[in-house]
Amino acid sequence: MRIPVTWLVEHLEFPEPPTPDEIAEAFVRIGLEVEDVHRLGSVTGPLVAGRVVDVKELTEFKKPIRYCQVEVGPEQVNGIICGATNFVEGDTVVVALPGAVLPGDFTIAERKTYGHVSQGMICSARELGLGEDHAGILVLPSGTAQPGDDALEVLGLGDTVIEVAPTPDRGYAFSLRGLAREISCAFDVPFGDPGLAEVPEGEGDVLPVRIEDTGACSRFVARRVTGVDPTAPTPWWMRRRLMLAGIRSISLPVDVTNYVMLELGQPLHAFDASAVRGGLVVRRAAAGEKLTTLDGSVRALDPDDIVIADDSGVISLAGVMGGASTEVRDDSTDILLEAANWDPASIARTVRRHKLPSEASKRFERTVDPALAPVALERAARLLHMFGEGSIKPGRTDEGGLTAPVPVTMPIDLPDRVAGVRYARGVTARRLGQIGCLVEVTTGDDGATMVTAVPPTWRADLTQPADLVEEVLRLEGYDTIPSTLPPAPAGRGLTERQRRRRTVSRALAENGFVEVKPFPFIAPAVFDALGLPEDDVRRRTVSVLNPLEADKHALATTLVPGLLETLQRNLARGAKDVALYTVAQVTLPRTERVPVPEVGVGARPSDEQVASLVASLPQQPVHVAAVLAGNREQAGWWGKGRPADWADAVQAARLVGQAYGVELTVKASSLAPWHPGRCAELRVGDWPVGHAGELHPKVVEALGLPKRTVAFELDLDALPLEDHRPAPVVSPYPPVLLDVAVVVDAEVPAEQVTRALRAGGGELLEDLRLFDVYAGDQVGEGKRSLAYALRFRAPDRTLTVEEATAARDTAVAEAADRFGAALRA
Amino acid sequence: MSGANDPYDPKQVAALSPEALDTAVEQAREAFAKAADLDELAAVKPSHLGDRAPVLLARREIGALPPAAKAEAGKRVNEAQNAVKLAFEERRAVLQAERDERVLRDESVDVTLPWDRVPRGARHPISTLAERIGDVFVAMGYEVAEGPELETEWFNFDALNFGKDHPARSMQDTFYVGPQDSGLVLRTHTSPVQARTLLERELPVYVVCPGRTFRTDELDATHTPVFHQVEGLAVDKGLTMGHLKGTLDAFARAMFGEDSRTRLRPSFFPFTEPSAEVDVWFPEKKGGAGWVEWGGCGMVNPNVLRNCGVDPDVYSGFAFGMGLERTLQFRNGLPDMRDMVEGDVRFTQPFGTEA
Repeated sequence: MRIPVTWLVEHLEFPEPPTPDEIAEAFVRIGLEVEDVHRLGSVTGPLVAGRVVDVKELTEFKKPIRYCQVEVGPEQVNGIICGATNFVEGDTVVVALPGAVLPGDFTIAERKTYGHVSQGMICSARELGLGEDHAGILVLPSGTAQPGDDALEVLGLGDTVIEVAPTPDRGYAFSLRGLAREISCAFDVPFGDPGLAEVPEGEGDVLPVRIEDTGACSRFVARRVTGVDPTAPTPWWMRRRLMLAGIRSISLPVDVTNYVMLELGQPLHAFDASAVRGGLVVRRAAAGEKLTTLDGSVRALDPDDIVIADDSGVISLAGVMGGASTEVRDDSTDILLEAANWDPASIARTVRRHKLPSEASKRFERTVDPALAPVALERAARLLHMFGEGSIKPGRTDEGGLTAPVPVTMPIDLPDRVAGVRYARGVTARRLGQIGCLVEVTTGDDGATMVTAVPPTWRADLTQPADLVEEVLRLEGYDTIPSTLPPAPAGRGLTERQRRRRTVSRALAENGFVEVKPFPFIAPAVFDALGLPEDDVRRRTVSVLNPLEADKHALATTLVPGLLETLQRNLARGAKDVALYTVAQVTLPRTERVPVPEVGVGARPSDEQVASLVASLPQQPVHVAAVLAGNREQAGWWGKGRPADWADAVQAARLVGQAYGVELTVKASSLAPWHPGRCAELRVGDWPVGHAGELHPKVVEALGLPKRTVAFELDLDALPLEDHRPAPVVSPYPPVLLDVAVVVDAEVPAEQVTRALRAGGGELLEDLRLFDVYAGDQVGEGKRSLAYALRFRAPDRTLTVEEATAARDTAVAEAADRFGAALRA
Repeated sequence: MSGANDPYDPKQVAALSPEALDTAVEQAREAFAKAADLDELAAVKPSHLGDRAPVLLARREIGALPPAAKAEAGKRVNEAQNAVKLAFEERRAVLQAERDERVLRDESVDVTLPWDRVPRGARHPISTLAERIGDVFVAMGYEVAEGPELETEWFNFDALNFGKDHPARSMQDTFYVGPQDSGLVLRTHTSPVQARTLLERELPVYVVCPGRTFRTDELDATHTPVFHQVEGLAVDKGLTMGHLKGTLDAFARAMFGEDSRTRLRPSFFPFTEPSAEVDVWFPEKKGGAGWVEWGGCGMVNPNVLRNCGVDPDVYSGFAFGMGLERTLQFRNGLPDMRDMVEGDVRFTQPFGTEA
């Protein structure tokens, strides 16, 4: 809402008027956001009113050009070239004479153009900084000024326009009335509320109106003004205020409705009464109904839209836009004025449905003072009478009505207790009175002082003590609230899972992986590229109904697609060796969908309701995943690089396990999108928690990835929290180191052999490490040799070589037992 | 030197004469000094300290001396031998030091050569910022709460006092998931964790919740449909707006330095009453120190407390929420929101592993 300061202070009594900046600061202080402060008229030099004496059309140019004689002072007529055509001889215009400087440092000088000497410029509203209107030059209503009058004064160019953006709960603030009241509160000055003007009794209905749906419309008021002079101009002061508010002047009746809306906050609609057939009905639209609105569009109505209909059908989309059939035209003389209170939610839905935001709907969506309709109509009718010579018909239709505001009672010191401030005595009652509440202070039987406030009709937002508290606090100023810390509670710190998740992330970052945060939106087509079987559980996704990119409507069930997309982006930007990881929730629909239960508000839902709310959500475990492409170790002056391979992915997954305090075991697997021969399933005990390895060559090809791109993904939430970490007993005695090579069938996984050796080695086997794998002639077809370094040590004595050798033999024996392992000769 | 009644003069044994010994010592010293390195020194050693060295040979002559002269001759030989040994050791020490120095010199390398065989990775600055904020509040006794990103409308809107027709519920603002009327949304803020916390935990509660949130904004330099917030909630007996302000001031100091502070401007949110916008004083603001919009806050609306079974006549609370991307944008001077979501390693790498 844009409001000129001169208008804002009209109903306020300042001992000393504040500056526009002080007013803007006050708005911010009490909770009305100021979007901008526009200072008008940086115009210097001669700017005068002029009367067009003669217009000569110059036709030899590509565009219309006029050479005008303009009276710009007593006995002074200037010849001026003008490109606009929206004026006639006798019109009063604004002329910048040579020497004037207009906004934007635009200097006017006498100059020869289009074959004539132009002694000045006829100005448009935009050139004067009065608004955006540049459709033609500014024509002032006749009689507004005499030729030669100082136009700076006539135009009010010394003014400042403040652009205020009230929060949606403060519908009343979308008006001069509401904003002036706010300023009166902020500066503690008296305010004469134009919205509380007396309205004379009407003599019967002006036309029959029936509200069919009272949920849609709580009040409908109509007034009629006949004999309005269709040629009567809108007075300049009104046009100016509309212009500064960003509203174009159309005709006196339309301008009056807009002006009253700005002044009081009640949107009005003007019908051409002669076009209205019979009485009016307020109802919801019927299915299939159509309406041609003022903008000429034919709109198919929704059964949720509120409409006004006459005997001919729908004539207005209530609260949003009028219909073309009853529009006030250039020749309309009989005006039916309507003011109503529409259901805010319905209006909001209609606006969204038809994409028709308007000044009126903006106010209706935020609730309009239900007491205002007759006042606003009276004001509009009187303006039409005053400036359009119309006669106000004695009748007034007033259907529906207003419900009495509900009083709110609270302890009078509640604002103090909420703020943590001791306000001066009487502050609460005074502030509540200031915003328009009827205030009563009482003392209860227990001696507690209570305050009861009956909110004013325009404050439907004041429904509970907290609302009153906010009014007191904001008007007293949030800056008076002290800064104190609450007594510190005894917190328990991060949870075990939170700590370990951090460790995992840090471990990956320290090991060369860069964390990225892909969106969770994926295109299901990617599952085909990943080679997932038709019945793969990861294809069961939750789908976004209104995705930003139509194809990416599925919520990720796996983090790999997002990572691969990020990898592709990095490669496209020239990166070669890339290691990425991400930690994020995935969304896994339950096998059986549990519908969301109907749960109300106002009291705690039952435990069963809470449980079913939670159960209605898909599972959303936190996963960690990584991809590696290019070199894991870079080439450099030290020598060649080492390309990432399947083992790096498995190792990174193991690293995650170690960081989490869990030992992951590895088992060969063949899950897509991994290479069926290079895919490891990671397990905790017998429980699979993820996969790692090289991507399937087909996947790599389909996605255009570097060869041998590798990846892992683990369900972090599936990792157990093993918090039992006993301190190891460290033996001070010397070890015995023995190497052993065993030959097994090539299919036997190394990890199994390692486990067998460990089991067979007994307590004396402190550690073992696989250091060589050999397959070839020396071990025979289908076999391979696994070489281990074993370290034996006793906890309590120096181990002899004989003891160690015996332990090694039992280790090998165990491997022989389980897998037919033979000691390699 | 010699007694008058000595029948044998040791000087008569030429090898044992002081002159001969002195000469031997002198020759040894010269030979050692000439040795240019340890190998040469080792090569000349036998000539002066070996069995056939002059001093050793002289020692053999002592036996031929009369007993009275033996002691003195012995002493003289010892002195000579010690002098040679000393000369040897001294020279060896010098040469050894020279050799050690040369070895180190020969082994020197260009330590400015790069060694980035496995370059260090990096954490996303949003993650480290979230953890840092968690740490700030944990230090104030808070706990870090979590919640799901796909959320029921009840938690995301109803419980938080959003009316059934609140515009934020529209599909123009909020991502809904299928099937139609599923009642599930991608959470539009971290505030549903307020309701979850109040339903799940014992009072009093002091929690923060950093997390990922979603709104249907197209990605551009200042908007992203997927972003992060941190939510704070405290519900206890006797909490005031002054406590909220103190907490925000402490938070601001932890994030932006000791001189930082906050300013509250009255505002409106369905789930708080009174409500405020939080501005933070930012000394490094572009174009000069000034207030920067940081987030929203307020006293928990009694309706929210009631919806979660908390008696607003007994308990009060405050809540606040900030955007992490926005915080990073002005704190670290990031001009384009897209950098934070695109995952270009060149953007993330410089942040290292701590924010």
